[in-house]
Amino acid sequence: MNLSMRWLREFVPLDDMPIREFTEAMTMSGSKVESWEREGEEISNVVVGKVLSLERHPNSDHLWVTKTDVGSGEPLQIITGAQNLKAGDIVPVALHNSTLPGGKKIKRGKLRGLESNGMLCSLGELGLTKHDFPYAVEDGIFVLQEDCRLGQPVCEALGFNDRKIEFEITSNRPDCFSVIGLAREAAATFHKPLRLHAPAVKGGHGPCAALIDVKVEAPDLCPMYSARVVKNVRVKPSPRWMRERLRAMGVRPVNNIVDITNYVMLEYGQPMHSFDYRCLSGHKIRVRRAAEGEAVITLDGAGHKLTPNDLVIADAEKPVAVAGVMGGENSEITDGTASIVFESACFNGPSVRRTARRLGMRTDASGLYEKGLDPNNCLPALDRACELVELLDAGDVTDGAVTVKNYGGERRKIRLDAGWINRFLDISLSADEMKTILKKLDCGFEGDDIVVPTFRPDLVHKADIAEEIARFYGYDKIPGTLLGGGAQGKYTVRQKFEHTVGETMLALGASEIMTYSFLSPKEYDKIRMPAGSPRRRSVVISNPLGEDTSILRTVALPSMLEALARNYNNRNEKACLYELATIYLPTSEDKLPEEKSILICGMYGEGSDFFAAKGMVEELLDRLGVGGWDIEASSEEYSYHPGRCARLSVGGEALGVIGEIHPEVVENYGMEGRAVSFSLDVDTLFRHARLEKAYTPLPRFPAVSRDLALVCDDGIPVKKLEKAIREGAGGLLENVKLFDVYRGEQIAPGKKSVAFSVNLRSADSTLTEERVSGAMKKVIKELEKAGAALRL
Amino acid sequence: MKEKLEAIRSLAERELREAGDRQALENLRIRYLGKKGELTAILKQMGALSAEERPAVGRLANQIRAHIEGELTARAAEIRSMETARRLEKEKIDVTLPGRRHELGHKHPLSIELDEIKEIFVGLGFDIVSGPEVEYDYYNFEALNMPKDHPARDTQDTFYINDNILLRTQTSPVQVRTMEKQKPPIRIISPGRVYRSDAVDATHSPLFHQIEGLVVDKGITFANLKGTLEVIIKRMYGEDSIVRFRPHHFPFTEPSAEVDIQCFNCRGAGCRLCKGEGWIEILGCGMVHPNVLSNCKIDPEVYSGFAFGMGLERLVMRKYNIDDLRLFYENDVRFLKQF
Repeated sequence: MNLSMRWLREFVPLDDMPIREFTEAMTMSGSKVESWEREGEEISNVVVGKVLSLERHPNSDHLWVTKTDVGSGEPLQIITGAQNLKAGDIVPVALHNSTLPGGKKIKRGKLRGLESNGMLCSLGELGLTKHDFPYAVEDGIFVLQEDCRLGQPVCEALGFNDRKIEFEITSNRPDCFSVIGLAREAAATFHKPLRLHAPAVKGGHGPCAALIDVKVEAPDLCPMYSARVVKNVRVKPSPRWMRERLRAMGVRPVNNIVDITNYVMLEYGQPMHSFDYRCLSGHKIRVRRAAEGEAVITLDGAGHKLTPNDLVIADAEKPVAVAGVMGGENSEITDGTASIVFESACFNGPSVRRTARRLGMRTDASGLYEKGLDPNNCLPALDRACELVELLDAGDVTDGAVTVKNYGGERRKIRLDAGWINRFLDISLSADEMKTILKKLDCGFEGDDIVVPTFRPDLVHKADIAEEIARFYGYDKIPGTLLGGGAQGKYTVRQKFEHTVGETMLALGASEIMTYSFLSPKEYDKIRMPAGSPRRRSVVISNPLGEDTSILRTVALPSMLEALARNYNNRNEKACLYELATIYLPTSEDKLPEEKSILICGMYGEGSDFFAAKGMVEELLDRLGVGGWDIEASSEEYSYHPGRCARLSVGGEALGVIGEIHPEVVENYGMEGRAVSFSLDVDTLFRHARLEKAYTPLPRFPAVSRDLALVCDDGIPVKKLEKAIREGAGGLLENVKLFDVYRGEQIAPGKKSVAFSVNLRSADSTLTEERVSGAMKKVIKELEKAGAALRL
Repeated sequence: MKEKLEAIRSLAERELREAGDRQALENLRIRYLGKKGELTAILKQMGALSAEERPAVGRLANQIRAHIEGELTARAAEIRSMETARRLEKEKIDVTLPGRRHELGHKHPLSIELDEIKEIFVGLGFDIVSGPEVEYDYYNFEALNMPKDHPARDTQDTFYINDNILLRTQTSPVQVRTMEKQKPPIRIISPGRVYRSDAVDATHSPLFHQIEGLVVDKGITFANLKGTLEVIIKRMYGEDSIVRFRPHHFPFTEPSAEVDIQCFNCRGAGCRLCKGEGWIEILGCGMVHPNVLSNCKIDPEVYSGFAFGMGLERLVMRKYNIDDLRLFYENDVRFLKQF
């Protein structure tokens, strides 16, 4: 919301309050100032001048050499290319070293060999349009018809003496989208009187009611409708004072009728509309729900199909406006308009909001209506418009407005509970002091009951009253006190666990990433997810920004691959990344999806292979105290290399997957080479984690180490041999470690040699040779069962 | 015999001097002093000597043995230090070659900041709670005093799944869920991902993080809100931060406030960073609206509370002077490694 300071001062005597003081205080009482600017502040050293003479430039067929009087010193020689000048014209002159809007600087210079001591300016060069000064031409020098003197700064001559203040108005304060609303806040903020003007209409051109018949057929959607006919309208430009005010508020002047509706909307916060009287069939106004499929073309030329959820203003036959949103083209004011109907009405906010959203047209009016306007504001605004018509001699106003009122006159009452407010805010004001503040805001009183003005629908509860008191008492004067009661905050076991997971991944060299939860459904193809996979059923966003963000991920891998690919394409030679990613698994239509947390890690570059990933998993599981986990080769994981992928499980539950990414998937993401990834289900991990540590005494007796060199079929997994060793060695086994796998010379084709180092130890005695060889015999027997023989 | 002994002594002395390594020295020891050594061989011939000669020769032989032993020890020490010196010389390295590093991972800057904030709140007695990101309209809006068609919904452009389910636009629904489950006193923060349908650019993202907090108890006042947040803001932004609370509107709090800190760049004078205002908005807060408490079956006549919320990305961007929000979600290692 923009505010003209001059306009504001008409209602509140703020005199010459420094702008900074004004904006700070308004901000602190709840009307936040976003910015302010002085009109014409980009213009400097531009003055009023008079063209004394014009001569053709000797070296040009389109330039003119002027002698221009700028009020002091010798007339200046200034070259211009404009063709609309004659001797005697009063013009804006940008002198040597002047600045114009947009940061343009003007300096003395030569044009085709002749000196030019500045520039004569057009409207555009001063940041203006024909709407600001309708008498001026667009393509030529701005020939002033203002009352001014030579040498006068042009800003002064053009009436640039206002400030535009931009406020952020919160949605609960529709009343503050108006000069009067902000004036009320300013008066309360600065303890000044609020001087409102009561509009007075002379009329005298016959009764309005005889000319127009208004019926509201949807009273639930239209609490108040008022209209007044103006005859013999005389459409012309508005006077300068009105154009200046509109301009200072950031509104483009058009003509007197349009300007009046805009002026009243800015001043009162009440949207106004005007219809061409002759276009209203039967001279009837019907406020009704649209018929299904009923069509209307709005002022912007767009056609709309309406539904019974949309409220329209119709005449005897057809809609002539979408209520509260935009007027119809069929009743627009044109050059041939003789009589108009001014509408000042109040419509149901949610209804206007739904219609405006559905039609995709948010207008200034709909933005106001949807916040909930005051029905009591309609008539004063209508009167003001008619008063302005008379003031501007824009038409002949008929007598008496036609109104339809569908709301009770009841005003809301709230008990002033000063004790509660004092305790709630931790201040101590008397009830009278509170009343003084509230009266400034036009609250009335009946005993201890506050009578809330109808333009303040936001005041409902005593907490709302507390806020009004706090705002004008001053938030900054309320003390700051600490909470009592020494509460203990703590992290939950799960939070600590997730923290440990993160810390471990960092220690293992993986950097944490954060990725979007959204995906494009195409990502499922890129990771080779089969067409029938249940994971293709995703939570779908009904109003996505685009396809890329149209569903929520059911798998974490695509986001990880995107991140790896981005690094790859940015020529980072390696990357090792992890994320605690949430995936979203749909349940039923009307239920929330299941949100599951997945630890995913991905890497590429030197040293990134299956076993690097597996090593990280082993370290992590070790750190988390997850025991008894198992690993099984899998060629079923569609995103992974079928020969380099494994499934992990713990206690019979699926835990996750480790694998090299399938080469086609790598290619789908625009990468070359290999990428590896693992993902673990965080819930399962958490269920099996043992983060509390237990101490086992250090061994007191020496260990015995035996190396085993074995030969077996190449296809036998090492895990099987290791398992055989564990079984054979039983309780004496301290650990078993693979130290060599060999294929080639001296080993038969299709076979491999595998070497283990086996450590045996007893907790309560030194092992005898007998016990050791006994255990090793069993080990060898188990190994033979598993298909391995000692290599001789 | 004496001559023989003297000859051994002088030979041994010479040979010991020439011995260059431990092995040569060991060979000499065996040759002179070993069981089959030359000195032993001579002593074995002592029987052929007269009784008068024997003690003198024996003494001499022992002297020579002791002498050779002494020489051996001395020479051994010499050789050891020579060998050490040789080895050390040979093993000299170029210490400017790069170290063998075990690369550590880098925590995401948003996580780093979030962890610090969690620490501050846990220290002040807050628990950390989380809740679903895909949420019922009821918890995200209606329970928070924003019925359908409430204009304030427009300030939070929402991704909908269907009429009743959406992507949460704030973490406030977690507060509602907490109030439904837990009776006061309540002191929680709810950090997490939130969603708004804003197209991606340098300052907007359809997904970002919020940290919201809630305190509900008997007798909680607006002064408590100010005091608590002042402490937290000073921990986060520095003890010398200048903080102001100014009125604002949120449908779920009343009174509501936005909190600004004085611009640390210009100290309030107005600069580009603070868009000339001299202040930077850092969080929104307010006293929990009585309707919200009632919606959660908490009696607003008995209990009161305050709530606050702030965005994590903006905070981290300001802290590190990051000018493009997209960097957080692009996950380029050149970015991540800086934290």
